[in-house]
Amino acid sequence: MTATSELPVSGMPIAGSLDRPFLSVNDLHVAFPTEDGLVQAVDGVSLSVERGKTLAIVGESGSGKSVTAQAIMGLVNRKSANVTGEIWLDGQELLHMPQGEVQELMGMEIAMIFQDPMSSLHPFYRIGDQIVEAIRAHRSIGKAAARRETLEMLHHVGIPAAERRIDAYPHQLSGGMRQRVMIAMALINSPQLLIADEPTTALDVTVQAQILELIARLQGEFGTTVILITHDLGIVADVADDVAVMYGGRIVELASTTTLYDLPEMPYTLGLLSSVPRMDQKLPERLDPIRGNPPSPIRLPKGCVFQPRCDYWQKVPGEACLTVRPELLESDPDHWVRCHLKAEERKQIAHDVKQILAGGPE
Amino acid sequence: MFAYLVRRVLLMLMLLFLLSVSVFLLFSILPGDPARLTCGKACTPVIIEANRHRLGLDEPPLTQYVKFVSAIFVGRTFSPDSPEPIKCDAPCLGYSFNRHEQVMSLITRAAPVTFFLAIGAFVIWIFVGLSLGIVAALNRGRLGDRLIMGISLIGYSMPAFFLGLLLVFFVIIKWQFLPFPQYISPWENPFQFFQTMLLPWILLATLYAAFYIRLTRNQVLEVLSDDYVRTARAKGLPERTVVVKHALRAGLTPIVTAAGLDLAGLLGGAIISENIFNLPGLGSLAVSSITDSDLPLITGITLLTAAIIIFANLVVDLLYAVIDPRVRVT
Repeated sequence: MTATSELPVSGMPIAGSLDRPFLSVNDLHVAFPTEDGLVQAVDGVSLSVERGKTLAIVGESGSGKSVTAQAIMGLVNRKSANVTGEIWLDGQELLHMPQGEVQELMGMEIAMIFQDPMSSLHPFYRIGDQIVEAIRAHRSIGKAAARRETLEMLHHVGIPAAERRIDAYPHQLSGGMRQRVMIAMALINSPQLLIADEPTTALDVTVQAQILELIARLQGEFGTTVILITHDLGIVADVADDVAVMYGGRIVELASTTTLYDLPEMPYTLGLLSSVPRMDQKLPERLDPIRGNPPSPIRLPKGCVFQPRCDYWQKVPGEACLTVRPELLESDPDHWVRCHLKAEERKQIAHDVKQILAGGPE
Repeated sequence: MFAYLVRRVLLMLMLLFLLSVSVFLLFSILPGDPARLTCGKACTPVIIEANRHRLGLDEPPLTQYVKFVSAIFVGRTFSPDSPEPIKCDAPCLGYSFNRHEQVMSLITRAAPVTFFLAIGAFVIWIFVGLSLGIVAALNRGRLGDRLIMGISLIGYSMPAFFLGLLLVFFVIIKWQFLPFPQYISPWENPFQFFQTMLLPWILLATLYAAFYIRLTRNQVLEVLSDDYVRTARAKGLPERTVVVKHALRAGLTPIVTAAGLDLAGLLGGAIISENIFNLPGLGSLAVSSITDSDLPLITGITLLTAAIIIFANLVVDLLYAVIDPRVRVT
């Protein structure tokens, strides 16, 4: 995985070039004008994903992760939001594409699974008809053929008695079944990119693992690239190749999953990891939540956005954390961190925190 | 489903029964003697007593009520002991002694006028209300939205008689685009029928469309931000399909409720429009029956209007289940 620099890179290779990653987002900004002021939901996000890989975007509510996903999907209303930057998918730039062409890609090349399958399925239409509609929006095949394909897909995503369920309404299915239907609907046109926006948040814990396994299995079969949006670091470890941690509309740390779990460097990531209960370790006295609340997206702090909640900003000489926005810099190869602390200091802090969490010397 | 229907119809009959009892009671305790009103200036106590007997008003209220209800099913003969008994065939809703005509035939003559008036206006206001409501919702906050909402506010707050008189004054009298309304059945002279009905339709449609524009706009705005509309967009469906098939359909329930009851209300008579445009419909009939204190006619029209509204309620409830599969009629 590569992370491109903050600024739009000039002289980038043109469409279809081999060394361009499958999906790359360059300096994406999304701002919503509101009566209280401009809400800068996404503030300069750059990331890329190789074909067939899974990128997890992790963050709290309001960190901009969902808006990033919706911008990639083309679901951010261009009339009500200011969107700038570039989104390249397989050689095509999406943000400046005419609406009609974006519509052709939506549901065909890019598909999305949403958080709450109950509210994301139309309550008045049979699930089979909703999937058939997704097929026929993009391919001119007959209703009967589309229905056969739908049935096959419902079997494939593990819906028992699919012959009967195809004519069920969403409210007649359980939460897990509904999310399977959403997955079937998203994958029915074999999209190359699947964006899963908190696909397990609204589900029972017992069902969560099944759904993630299903996504992983289908990803293997179809060779789909997946972006997994979540606030739950617990589910990321098993499924993602890379992780981008977002805070205040920016990426604050970006690394491969193993690196991020073993050597987190940004204090925020550290805080997230320490607030997740771990089954494989002795439980610490208590979980260690990150104090304070996420910043208001209208009045972001002038310096580091995380500074008001950071325990370590006073270690930085001067008042850099209060006045200067840190850049996302490459700390180690393919490990990008946005923090004013020196790399050695960050590693030391991470080491100490892990010791405490593991119940080591206080 | 069948059990539900049976239950609802029974409930409907019970409502009608209670209603007829209260209408009857109301008229028997009201001041004013119906028998006194039957003969005008020529009244003498003897004639009044004779008429009271002919009307059956000298009988106890319960007997009067039983006779009234049984007449609906088996017909009735008024003043059977007089030389000219009045026969009223089932379904008999009574006999208007002011007009010397059966209430039922008065109603069946007026009902088609009101029916055509209501249906025509209904079609126009639903079409205009839904389409302008959608347009306003999709342009929320922008010029188109404000223009539509502004105009609909005017339509909403304009009194019917004022707008009606404006239409009559300008279109008919001043510019003479249309002849003065003279109702004729559409089967007889479709052209004149349309000429007559055009302005009443426009008047009623304007008054009602204003409300439906607001309702539709609010409904569409509410569901447009719902998750399943986002799903529909994510499927790559054209915006038109997203708005009409997914958003509007989901917000349809309150619109259908309002439409069903409004239409039912209009079918009972559009009093102001019918009077302005000289239409011999149920509204005009109701007004003149009241000014004449024609009790049998008032009773008949009241019951008919109530029956229409109760029936419309049932239809609306059944439509819920058609629109929303989560609603189960049991």
